[in-house]
Amino acid sequence: MLTKGIVKGIISNLVIVEVDGPVSQNEIAYIKLPETKLMSEVIKVIGKNTYIQVFESTRGVKVGDPVEFMGYMLEVSLGPGILSRNYDGLQNDLDKMEGVFLKRGDYTSALDDEKLWDFKPLAKAGDTVVAADWLGEVDENGQPHKIMVPFVFEGVYTVKSVVEKGQYKINDEVAVLTNSDGDNVSVTMVQRWPVKQPIKAYRDKPRPFKLLETGVRTIDTINPIVEGGTGFIPGPFGTGKTVLQHAISKQAEADIVVIAACGERANEVVEIFTEFPELEDPHTGRKLMERTIIIANTSNMPVAAREASVYTAMTLAEYYRSMGLKVLMMADSTSRWAQALREMSNRLEELPGQDAFPMDLSAIIANFYARAGFVYLNNGQTGSVTFIGTVSPAGGNLKEPVTESTKKVARCFYALQQSRADSKRYPAINPIDSYSKYLEYPEYAEYISKRIDPDWIDLVNEVKTVLLRGQEVSEQINILGDDGVPVEYHVRFWKSEVIDFVILQQDAFDKIDMLTPIERQDYMLRKVMDICHSDFKFENFTEVDTYFKRIINNLKQMNYSEFESEKFKKYEEELVSILKERTAA
Amino acid sequence: MATKAFQKIYTKISKITKATCTLKAEGIGNEELAEIDGRLAQVVKIIGDEVTLQVFGGTEGIPTNAEVVFLGKAPTLKVSDQLAGRFFDAFGKPIDGGPEVEGEEREIGGPSVNPVRRKQPSELIATGIAGIDLNNTLVSGQKIPFFADPDQPFNQVMAMVALRAKADKIILGGMGLTNDDYLYFKNVFDNAGALDRIISFVNTTENPPVERLLVPDMALTAAEYFAVEKNESVLVLLTDMTLFADALSIVSNRMDQIPSKDSMPGSLYSDLAKIYEKAVQFPDGGSITIIAVTTLSGGDITHAIPDNTGYITEGQLFLRRDTDIGKVIVDPFRSLSRLKQLVIGEKTREDHPQVMNTAVRLFADAANAKTKLENGFDLTDYDERTLAYAKEYSNKLLAIDVNIGTDEMLDTGWDLFAKYFSKEEVGIKQVLVDKYWKN
Repeated sequence: MLTKGIVKGIISNLVIVEVDGPVSQNEIAYIKLPETKLMSEVIKVIGKNTYIQVFESTRGVKVGDPVEFMGYMLEVSLGPGILSRNYDGLQNDLDKMEGVFLKRGDYTSALDDEKLWDFKPLAKAGDTVVAADWLGEVDENGQPHKIMVPFVFEGVYTVKSVVEKGQYKINDEVAVLTNSDGDNVSVTMVQRWPVKQPIKAYRDKPRPFKLLETGVRTIDTINPIVEGGTGFIPGPFGTGKTVLQHAISKQAEADIVVIAACGERANEVVEIFTEFPELEDPHTGRKLMERTIIIANTSNMPVAAREASVYTAMTLAEYYRSMGLKVLMMADSTSRWAQALREMSNRLEELPGQDAFPMDLSAIIANFYARAGFVYLNNGQTGSVTFIGTVSPAGGNLKEPVTESTKKVARCFYALQQSRADSKRYPAINPIDSYSKYLEYPEYAEYISKRIDPDWIDLVNEVKTVLLRGQEVSEQINILGDDGVPVEYHVRFWKSEVIDFVILQQDAFDKIDMLTPIERQDYMLRKVMDICHSDFKFENFTEVDTYFKRIINNLKQMNYSEFESEKFKKYEEELVSILKERTAA
Repeated sequence: MATKAFQKIYTKISKITKATCTLKAEGIGNEELAEIDGRLAQVVKIIGDEVTLQVFGGTEGIPTNAEVVFLGKAPTLKVSDQLAGRFFDAFGKPIDGGPEVEGEEREIGGPSVNPVRRKQPSELIATGIAGIDLNNTLVSGQKIPFFADPDQPFNQVMAMVALRAKADKIILGGMGLTNDDYLYFKNVFDNAGALDRIISFVNTTENPPVERLLVPDMALTAAEYFAVEKNESVLVLLTDMTLFADALSIVSNRMDQIPSKDSMPGSLYSDLAKIYEKAVQFPDGGSITIIAVTTLSGGDITHAIPDNTGYITEGQLFLRRDTDIGKVIVDPFRSLSRLKQLVIGEKTREDHPQVMNTAVRLFADAANAKTKLENGFDLTDYDERTLAYAKEYSNKLLAIDVNIGTDEMLDTGWDLFAKYFSKEEVGIKQVLVDKYWKN
């Protein structure tokens, strides 16, 4: 018997309902209007009054309207057919909706019930299994999509039967399991899971250590992110957050990419819709869209669903991680999510924290980031969810609550800097303020010394030192004037400029330069550091200027050329002769 | 509006603040309209039988026994072709002495476009102003504000842009316009013989501030009619969005909401986004482009209003007085059109991106040279040339009184490059230099 209620009050999208039975926190409820019904979620209970946040506009809702409580929390459907879909924040398939405008109360199913999938059994009768163990697999856009024991199953089960290889629909029975009491339960290819609870069906979650290549040099080389790692990108508007995020989601060496467009511009999502079906995944050659899931809750879509959208995206990411896949999740922007929390907390008349955000903001953010991670599954295989969120700090001020709370939990910090963006030094990540904690992990050091070279981390730290010294010298030159400092200072400055122009800066719109594999990054970094280690002879500072511009131009041409091609080698030879001009023989 | 038989009349108001009234009433829907002694009001909160209304005209002089009539509907606008050429107030009532508009009654502030049904914007909007067309090209379906101090001629520039853009309809949403500015717009449109393409919703400084909250939704409901039903390209001008946001903060303050940054309501971002995101390119050819004005106080863009706006809009245009030439220019450093990449060099001549970037880079060199000069350092020959170039570039291309075609802008760019610099200093791709360099 489901609990029912009637509307007692309405304050924007917060509705107060008097109920006739038990309700639970975060339970889903529907407000019934004559023409449609509105989905909502319980967020507070006081006596008979239950406070629900409505995921839609509450225009026309009246006191006395009936409400039905569903007995479950906000859930998503998990099964084959999620890849390359465009969902809203509540996992409604946007493409299935009719008409140009979104209609209130238009809920569409997330999966395709009629499609036939080629099922291949992985378990056999008699096997003992627990939640998330693999029973079979289907091919979804070239990925082995595992059909698992539903995550909600508790305890140990015995496989009674698994269907034979063949074509099945998602709701067909593919296996029967027997529990410890001897009861049989049927398993299909679909299961449901509440989005606000993390999926923890894995054996172990160690510290992450494996480099996740993004092809972006200032990330991979200078401040690397790892499989299962966390990072965040704060930056004022106009500093290239979106371009950087799109670049990472296009190029990262991940099996699955989940993009949560959370409260940002609709035209940016349209760009993904337009481009991703055309662009190729640089690692598999398939279309990018085939590995991508988009959760679009743009800034003009309902605010309450914005809060849900990041959880929906994270749950889908965790689902694919349980299949042993490398998942990358991006959320743009987590500040809009925090603002949705603030609006609701305000309506609930909670005592506000800093900048009117809820007091538990940092706990909420910390819990969310904690859902990312590298895991060993029960069968010993590995999977990962890497999470990168953007933050839009009000007024570009990094001392605001969302940035500060995120900084406490995310292990990589990519600070976009206005002045770098103004001088068109893209990606505008400030190399000195930004950091990656993973560089300090001995696990990472061990991994990278095998992958590249044992001296790699020392080299990266040296790069940072050169950049820092370059910045110091540049400040001195600004104060004292070009001829107020020794020529040696100019050389030091220009060495850091070589690193800036050749390693840090990267053209996201150039076919070759946009994606640099780590081997090539290694090669170029050593080339550049050789220059930094060389002694040059100059008479005066004007010579330094022109000479280093030539070096930079030559190295940039190398960046623009196919690695180790004729052209690349030609520029490399030219570079050698330029260097000979002024290095002590 | 005549009272209808089934409408309940209430005459006992229990609470009055400067912007809201509260009374006991039953069967009332959220966001429903009511008339309080003839003044329009909208339901903003219902707790049990207590209904709180936001009174658009302000509550001055409202007695506790005022007659309250609920209208059973949210704010609406009657849409049809008859809207063209007309002037309305914030409630959609004619203020030009003409008859009421007949047409389909639509609720304002309607639903959003499904993102998967949007088309990527790709049509260039030419304005003749090189500071815009050359450096910050506008695209149909874009939303972009002018960030300007109150003393700058943003309304003039906006009127100019509106007239030169080849839009089928121009819709003006005036919020807190001074009467002088309102008449200015009216005259300019009239003199240009464009009145039949223009629709105006105007709230002047003489009207109550809370009424402004209706203006953008009115303007955009009319825009959606022409863009969706008639597949027309519609240009919506919103001035001044800062005054709109101020009205939001007044209401939220009266409702005892906790303010966030700069005393603005916590929902400012969503409130602004709801308006700006109405800019769209529809698949059937219609489009809504929004050009807005956000006035700044002392050029401060970190204030909550311009800051939130910047995160929502697709770029911003800055006006600035260039003291070297004594004219107002479109600032090439701080202005940005995020959508220009979709059209420049594609819909315009191939050399557009390179000429644009190079011209701005050389202008930046001039700015550095100027700083050097001010700090008492010696100038090199190159510095001297950049300064001379900057003056001419500013005068011939950045000034807002420029009105030329894009090709001519590009040719002017090449002229200036050749006049002041060598090919090596300009550093443009060789193929383009071979083709366009002026000897």
